[in-house]
Amino acid sequence: MAKIQYDEIMVRYGELSTKGHNKKSFIDRLGTNVRKALHDFDAVKVHANPDRLHVLLNGADSDQVIERLKKVFGIQTFSPSLRVEKDFAAVCAAARALIAKQVDHPVTFKVETKRSDHKFPMGTFEMNRELGGYLLKEFPDLLTVDVHQPDIEIRVEIRLNGIFLTSEIIKGAGGLPVGSAGKGMMMLSGGIDSPVAAYLAMKRGVSLEMVHFYSPPYTSEQALAKAKELTGKLAQYSGSIRFIQVPFTEIQETVKEKVPEGYLMTVQRRFMLRLAVEIAKRRHGLAIFNGESLGQVASQTMESMLAIEAVTNLPVLRPVLSYDKTEIIKIAEQIDTYDLSILPYEDCCTVFTPPSPKTKPNLEKAAKYEGWLDVEGLMERALAGIKIEEIHAGQEFLNQNEDVFAELL
Amino acid sequence: MIYFDNSATTRVWPDVLATYDQVTEKIWGNPSSLHRLGEPAWNLLEQSRRQIADLIGAKPGEVFFTSGGSEGDNWVIKGTALAKRKFGKHIITSGVEHAAVRNAMAQLAGLGFEITTLPVDEEGRVKPADVKAALRADTILVSIMAVNNEIGAIQPIKEIGEILKDYPRVHFMVDAVQAIGKGLDDLVFSDRVDFATFSGHKFHAPRGTGFIYAKQGRRLEPLINGGGQERGQRSGTENVAGAAAMARALRKVKEGEAESVKREQAVRQSIADHLRQFDHVHLFSGLNDHFASHVLCFAIEGVRGETIVHAFEERDIYISTTSACSSKKQAEASTLAAMKVPATVAESAVRISLGDQNTLAEAAAFNQAFDEIYAGFKKIID
Repeated sequence: MAKIQYDEIMVRYGELSTKGHNKKSFIDRLGTNVRKALHDFDAVKVHANPDRLHVLLNGADSDQVIERLKKVFGIQTFSPSLRVEKDFAAVCAAARALIAKQVDHPVTFKVETKRSDHKFPMGTFEMNRELGGYLLKEFPDLLTVDVHQPDIEIRVEIRLNGIFLTSEIIKGAGGLPVGSAGKGMMMLSGGIDSPVAAYLAMKRGVSLEMVHFYSPPYTSEQALAKAKELTGKLAQYSGSIRFIQVPFTEIQETVKEKVPEGYLMTVQRRFMLRLAVEIAKRRHGLAIFNGESLGQVASQTMESMLAIEAVTNLPVLRPVLSYDKTEIIKIAEQIDTYDLSILPYEDCCTVFTPPSPKTKPNLEKAAKYEGWLDVEGLMERALAGIKIEEIHAGQEFLNQNEDVFAELL
Repeated sequence: MIYFDNSATTRVWPDVLATYDQVTEKIWGNPSSLHRLGEPAWNLLEQSRRQIADLIGAKPGEVFFTSGGSEGDNWVIKGTALAKRKFGKHIITSGVEHAAVRNAMAQLAGLGFEITTLPVDEEGRVKPADVKAALRADTILVSIMAVNNEIGAIQPIKEIGEILKDYPRVHFMVDAVQAIGKGLDDLVFSDRVDFATFSGHKFHAPRGTGFIYAKQGRRLEPLINGGGQERGQRSGTENVAGAAAMARALRKVKEGEAESVKREQAVRQSIADHLRQFDHVHLFSGLNDHFASHVLCFAIEGVRGETIVHAFEERDIYISTTSACSSKKQAEASTLAAMKVPATVAESAVRISLGDQNTLAEAAAFNQAFDEIYAGFKKIID
């Protein structure tokens, strides 16, 4: 189909339109997020008005901008529009181009005109009738009129600064603007579930920071690179994400050495959660997010959650709790994290997995075994070794030779 | 030398060969190895896949590397048959497909599948209405090539795709081996096409390389089982050097595509205009938009195709009898037979197939050589 270079994109707000007194801050947040998503298009201007958000393209490639907007949470729908001179022939030409792009089989349509510039010689009824008639003549095989329930509505707005035409309504990502719900720490392993959980949390407006535990030499540089690359994928929904890597080797070795095998997993997880909570407190996070779903593996029974979560009173939120594996995989494929997640590198959850972990660990026992360890010292040393970096949308880490290879290809 | 046999194979570009050599020499690890010799091999393979996907407007997960066109055709046809045999055993194809398609179909026919082979019109094209009429409740696959390798006819892929929109479960496969780099992507990748097959050596990549496009969500059974490479769909340690070389060749083909198609059209026009002056010359390829820019099939009445090929060869001009794969077997051209061209005429057919490197000067040289050859055969023609 023919490509159209649009002039402006009109964005309709999602749920946030209904959120009463928070509305202004939500709209400001969405405006900021849209600007962030489009930051490398220098000419683009974003106006976040109370009713609608307008993206003025000023020549920027509309296809690329549309692709970016599809990933911004808080947008219900948006419509790209064409601006033409205040001249009926120009309106006809633009409407013709819109129909040619959008329609490849017979549909019903109507023209709906709004006029705020009352100096324009044609009235709204006249415009509806004349433009409708013109389009019927141009596309006799494709178009029929239906003013009540048309498949396509060509909207014409006659404003002071020109005439705007839209026809297409593109579905946005829905949800709430990232950041509008506050900040949370995401425990990102590198498996299939945690990136999906992160995506769903961001969709509900959470601004995430990734907490990743790494245990060299038991986990490789590749595993770390994989977690970072996943973060780069997820950053497409928020512009950028902070990645916090936490050294976990000493804790894992100590736990392995001192704790009975059945409780290795439970005690390790309690350490991870304690560390995530401490990082959240220092960085003003309000909750911990993870990729657990109920009953998949030993660590994900309710008994296990109880024994692990007892180390904190911060909420531990699990966006994929009730999802089946197949449902999680479907989302992972949609957000393009699946292929990365299945790369076969060991992560800190897979090393030191005991052959038969307790599926119903006992809280008192877990606490008792921990009493044999220097919990505070281990925590302190791990926290002293954390590294924080900002990862941008689409940033890649696994293929260090990309530029070299690009020469070959 | 004038090389007018680009549908048979193309010459590997020197820089593509350099990529192949460098990768073979330096990135020789097994992509499945976890260590630092395997890792770059994996990354390069995936980067090559991504580049190819970008160039054809697909997702990386929709590109699978193969050893070439024949493997791709066999895989999609038999892989569909294996995956969908529970739902039906009826397959629709055309009478002008490449032997890789025809013979894969023949093998399936021997296993109890029912093959409907559609006729073609005088331009060698399938009629979409025939596809519609042939579709049944138990049809699992429609396999129609994009561009015919013998006469260059472009099949009505879009129209067939439109019909198949009402049959969403039927796999639609397009053998696109002859269509790559010919300005036909809109056709090959129209939205209803589920599978398309490609061969690297037809676009200046080394022999033994190829890929298929397989639309996300469409299921094929693998033909080659083993270590689970290519997402479990095509086992065997990956040909990383071949994939990288092919990715480069495809990029260059795409970069030069618009220019190259224009040049090919001009060369073809010049030769066709010349040939049309002769009463005893038959042109089987048209010059309208039903034909790809690079193929021109013709016959000198009464002179065997093989004789013509050798006559040009003596003048250092390389053309072929119709399809290189079968041209040593003296089989009459199957496409011409399907077009109901009499066998006596078909056995005189030869094919010129152009590439991006061919020029109008070469067309002029060809035309001059043709005059000499035609004059030489004057006695047996009249």
